[in-house]
Amino acid sequence: MNGYGGNILRVNLTTGKITREPTPVDLARDFIGGRGFGAYFLYTEVPAHADPLGPENKLIISSGPISGLLVPGAGKCDFTTKSPLTGGYASSSLGGMLTAELKYAGVDSIILEGISPHPVYLFIENEKVELRDASAYWGQGCITVEKALKTQLGEEFQVAVIGPGGENGVSYACINHDYGREAGRGGVGTVMGAKKLKAIAIRGTHSIPVADLDAYRQSGMALFKACKESDGLKPWQTYGTTIVTSWCDEVGALPTRNFSAGSFEKGASLYGPVMREQIVITDKGCFGCPSPCGKYSRMKRYGTYVEGPEYETIGMLGSNVGISDIQDVAQANLLCDDLGIDTISTGGAIGWAMECFEKGILTLEDTGGLELRFGNVDATLKLIGMIARREGLGAILSQGVKKASQVIGKGSEKFAIHVKGMEQSAYATHNATAMLLAYMTSDVGAHHNRSWAITYDLQVGRDQVVPEKVARIIWLQNFRPMFDVLGACRLQWVELSIDRELYVPVLAAITGIHRSWQDLEKVGARIWNLTRMFWIREIEGFGRAWDLPSPRFYEEPPVTGVTKGQITRFEDVQRLLDMYYEQRGWDANGIPTPETLANLGLKSIID
Amino acid sequence: MRLYADDTKCCGCRACLVACSLNLFKENNPKKAALLIDARFPEPGEFKIKVCTQCGECAKVCPTGAIRQTDQGTYYVEFSECIMCGACESVCPEGVMFVRDALASSAWKCNLCGDCVAVCGTSALSIAE
Repeated sequence: MNGYGGNILRVNLTTGKITREPTPVDLARDFIGGRGFGAYFLYTEVPAHADPLGPENKLIISSGPISGLLVPGAGKCDFTTKSPLTGGYASSSLGGMLTAELKYAGVDSIILEGISPHPVYLFIENEKVELRDASAYWGQGCITVEKALKTQLGEEFQVAVIGPGGENGVSYACINHDYGREAGRGGVGTVMGAKKLKAIAIRGTHSIPVADLDAYRQSGMALFKACKESDGLKPWQTYGTTIVTSWCDEVGALPTRNFSAGSFEKGASLYGPVMREQIVITDKGCFGCPSPCGKYSRMKRYGTYVEGPEYETIGMLGSNVGISDIQDVAQANLLCDDLGIDTISTGGAIGWAMECFEKGILTLEDTGGLELRFGNVDATLKLIGMIARREGLGAILSQGVKKASQVIGKGSEKFAIHVKGMEQSAYATHNATAMLLAYMTSDVGAHHNRSWAITYDLQVGRDQVVPEKVARIIWLQNFRPMFDVLGACRLQWVELSIDRELYVPVLAAITGIHRSWQDLEKVGARIWNLTRMFWIREIEGFGRAWDLPSPRFYEEPPVTGVTKGQITRFEDVQRLLDMYYEQRGWDANGIPTPETLANLGLKSIID
Repeated sequence: MRLYADDTKCCGCRACLVACSLNLFKENNPKKAALLIDARFPEPGEFKIKVCTQCGECAKVCPTGAIRQTDQGTYYVEFSECIMCGACESVCPEGVMFVRDALASSAWKCNLCGDCVAVCGTSALSIAE
């Protein structure tokens, strides 16, 4: 099949049985690839109410039709599962080289089922697929194990690995690849750990077929040319995602001390130019990327190296916990990467715990003697290790802030910053109603990548609550995740302002099927509604209440910073949801109507 | 004319490898590219690019004369005349002469097509005298 690896690899870890089935043509037509394949397999194959950490849950790893080809940023890999953090849908995107290698091995999706009786790793070299003993690697850090496997198997192998966080059942464990790229969110690494799968090592040497080679080369080259001629290229290459740190601080979107404010008085020492000058030693791109946001850093004070930190990590393990030295943030980043836990959720959990400590809700006895005050670097670094080992207070924090606040109580639920149980990523939304709605309605919980609308808020009026804002969020939610379906990065469109119409001819030349963006957005809406139905199926009583943000954003205006005194009124939060549900074709409780599901071709799957 | 590489600008994305395999073999397969990216991580954290310098050592040892020069002086492999003896690979000082019978029925090397330069977003590659 043109543009595809051509096979679905199914690995049953309980029995050790491995099968390779041709990728269904109908599946490629209706769900295209990547995140679409993941959503389809999750809904149709995982039985209702499966334990996320039990044998019935599956971890689905998928490339898309653009992955591994001559298209800018063709290096995105989707990891889908039932989330141990939220109990709902999890889909996390990984950059780096894995997705390309998967396709060169002739594979579109890996479906991991069951639980291995002992630690193993999955070896894939084209058609040779084996489960191999990984007892010697169990308990070791991600970076050590990746290096060991590459040394043993060869540098051409691409490796994805979990750390102690995933082994120990931290609910937001991630999967690490290429020494610092992560499938970070929703606990995909936790599910891999529950399956006793320490790592996946892939090498592929097959060529990927395309429908019209000349048209593909021409249109692929045109995309590279457009990227290279973009005014946005140089600044993005220089700073990557950290280009927004100063901007977020200036507009009150930089999460500060557990999102109690949106500006950090010591923020300037975390800005992109400071990081570039102090610690960055090289740029590091994902597969086929002309505009690498990856920055590889050396922390002289610690004698260590890390990929990053990215903006999200700077926000969550910097300002959100009151840390202002970029080397300290980078070291916290490294610990999370090596231990295999998500930097965003970890920063959210530690920020929440620090606020509990400063308010007297947690004491020195609770923290094991840690002075858990905002800005305490030593306590932060120690607590990261305690979370990964699920030791003391770390065990409580390892469940995420929603469950931790239910355990601790005493009003701490009010400042547990999450939606649907997922810690909010690094945009403070006290007065940014589009971004607030984006977090409220994101399909995985409070994550930004489906719909990044903070600049749009500033363009149209940040406190405006109007149908046009809601329509913008829905459009972004249908459109942006299509890059995760195609297996490519969205940032060339976002940051280099590449005309998205340039992707239409290259996709047609690759697959032989012409799809307009209107066609693609309909697939986006299909996936969005299918995953909504997954939440509804899995969580009894799921509905409107799950779409509400943290009360901090409608009850507690910041007392410092540029958004001081600003808040979104609760009635406006509800109005946003009313308009959103109406425009989505959902009922007043946020449930898709039968007509909506039928219009999207989902009736047979849901029934 | 030859290809030059500036290691300090390389971000290791490998777009050049895909572009190369497409030009040489009409295939999407970076394992069939005529340049190499050596990623040295987690330490010291750097990329090293290996490219053909057009030194011609490969042509000197080719027993069938399959490695020829264009009018501009670029060495290339005439695929139909290669017997896969491996002599060229062993003398290449940069390690960018490839003889891989599992991947192709001929040796291959850089033919200075320039497609790698065209797709390199960080300008790490260039062609000059």
